[in-house]
Amino acid sequence: MKNFLRRLRKHSRISYYSFWFLIVFYFVSFFADLLVPYHFDEQFRNKPYHPPTKIHFVDNEGKFHIRPFVYNTSMDDPVFRTYREDYSIRYPVKFFVDGHERKVLFVFKTKKYLFGVDRPAGIFLFGTDTYGRDIFSRLLYGGRISLSISMIGVLISFVLGMITGGFAGYFGGITDQILMRMVEILMVFPSFYLMLSLRAMFPLNLSSIQVYFLIVLILSLIGWAGLARIIRGMVLSIKEEDYVLAARSLGLSHWKILVFHILPNTFSYTITAITISVPGYIIGESALSLLGLGIQEPYPSWGNILSSTVGNLKVIGDAPWLLLAGAFIFIILINFNILGDALRNVLDPKNW
Amino acid sequence: MKKLVLKRLLQVVPLLIGMSFVSFIIIQSSPGDYFAQMKMNPEISPSTIEHMKTSFGLDRPVIVQYLMWVKNICRFDFGVSFAYHIPVRTLIKFRVKNTLCLAVFSIFLSWMIAVPLAVLAGYREGSWFDKLFSLLAYISISLPSFFVALLFVYFISKTGVLPLGGTRSVFDISAGSFTIFKDYLRHLLVPGLVLCFVNTGWLFRLMKNNFVEVFNTPYILAAWARGLPAGSVIFKHTLRNALNPMFTILGMEIGNILNGAALTEIICGWPGMGSLVLEAVLSHDLYLVMGSLVISGFLLIIGNLIGDILLAFFDPRIRLS
Repeated sequence: MKNFLRRLRKHSRISYYSFWFLIVFYFVSFFADLLVPYHFDEQFRNKPYHPPTKIHFVDNEGKFHIRPFVYNTSMDDPVFRTYREDYSIRYPVKFFVDGHERKVLFVFKTKKYLFGVDRPAGIFLFGTDTYGRDIFSRLLYGGRISLSISMIGVLISFVLGMITGGFAGYFGGITDQILMRMVEILMVFPSFYLMLSLRAMFPLNLSSIQVYFLIVLILSLIGWAGLARIIRGMVLSIKEEDYVLAARSLGLSHWKILVFHILPNTFSYTITAITISVPGYIIGESALSLLGLGIQEPYPSWGNILSSTVGNLKVIGDAPWLLLAGAFIFIILINFNILGDALRNVLDPKNW
Repeated sequence: MKKLVLKRLLQVVPLLIGMSFVSFIIIQSSPGDYFAQMKMNPEISPSTIEHMKTSFGLDRPVIVQYLMWVKNICRFDFGVSFAYHIPVRTLIKFRVKNTLCLAVFSIFLSWMIAVPLAVLAGYREGSWFDKLFSLLAYISISLPSFFVALLFVYFISKTGVLPLGGTRSVFDISAGSFTIFKDYLRHLLVPGLVLCFVNTGWLFRLMKNNFVEVFNTPYILAAWARGLPAGSVIFKHTLRNALNPMFTILGMEIGNILNGAALTEIICGWPGMGSLVLEAVLSHDLYLVMGSLVISGFLLIIGNLIGDILLAFFDPRIRLS
């Protein structure tokens, strides 16, 4: 691992930073509920489409304060949703403030939030949505959902691709024919249409947890085909190696040769392939949620934060901060792409 | 050449069969009876339903149903949409035309942009020009089409320079066909540019890699050594060979474009296949979903076919082997 990091760093500094950035980001989204100022579901009904809260150091009399603070805001014009700051009271930003009780890390119940301001003021780093929910908190929570779906999905495809690709390549003959025809047929459809059609097989009103697993299922069902084809090709060439013949003459079973001696040799490639294909899963999940077919309200995902802007020029014009969800997707994708490119070179045995 | 095309056409047949079978299975395993909703609709008489049942053979075994369904599909009969109450064919025909216009427009535009830039960047590999455009390509690859579309929509909602949604805003009957065409193009511009932006990045990268690969081969060195002018080396000897692999990815590109187009259409309000299939899924219009799925798969197969034939046409190594 250390060796790998050193090689990655030597190959390109940027990809090394991308690697750590992604690790940090995954940690952040896993511990999202420890970091957010509000629960994803908490609504400030009198503050819909609130722009990002201004954080002040200097009050309106020109006095400097070492502790940053915010002003409470009230709606000025309900049609254009403009807000005015009320300069009479300062609300300093505090650590460990009390709020509504929520569950942290799926188990613990707590009232404490890492940071925040006293009510009725609010600290909305990225503004609020139509119900006055804090976008920053929803983005962090949404990252947990979007990133975990893509991770689980890619792992399932990986296992499926390994099994089918390994079988097809190693045993050849009729198994190979059948499996590869299946893969080809699956790859005939443009993935978006296949995704929507598969989604149409299930009722639209599923519970959130059902939808979550449904999306994982659909994405991995679409994704395994490409992996299987590549792994098959690799297995085809590896099985001609002398050490496979040696293992065979030592009396190892086919199963053992495949699992312990051939498939591990495809790992360096598959890790690259996984890194390159994660973006596809993130886009798939976001696209489904964006269209209202994925993660349902009130649970946030990067796709469904964007969904209120689709086909609604007024919302998109009034509350462009909703588009930050797209920026999050973009940042994650570009890091995966940079890392994937670097891994392709670093993990290639030819370059060792 | 003829033999090659014929062989390639024959390979398509099992794919078509498999594709139709998968589509059929997807729709068969969907919950709810197609006719359950129609029976509740007083506008549709029971005799119509009976007629449809026999025409689709829904009272027979599944395999017979499949065969009858395929027979209907070969005549482009995809059944009746129960959200719109008109034949799916009529709906799809109009939408496919729009999606194809969008796809052709954006593919053409992105080739026109990507190939010259890639040649320039590949010719001067490592220069600031190369670095700048490689960075832009990275950004273009990492931007999801729906996000670009949303950014465009935001931009247009602020400036209003281009029309958004639909295919026309001139409803004057006396308008000449040229006015209508111009209007259509103006509406095409927003989704077209979005798709072009998303598509150009990876085309640029592929093209640049191909170009650099060919540019570093010994026969190019030989061409330089013989004192051929730069234009001849670059365009006649390098570019032609570097372009060949690009035709094979045409099929993949059409797949990408169809995926991207679907989301872009939905966000930009362009009435194409993508927005149709979304409406169909939301209203549980199964025959429409199935029709769109079959057509989209069909388009992808055709795209791959065209790519292979073009490759054979341009690459004598394949044509003559």
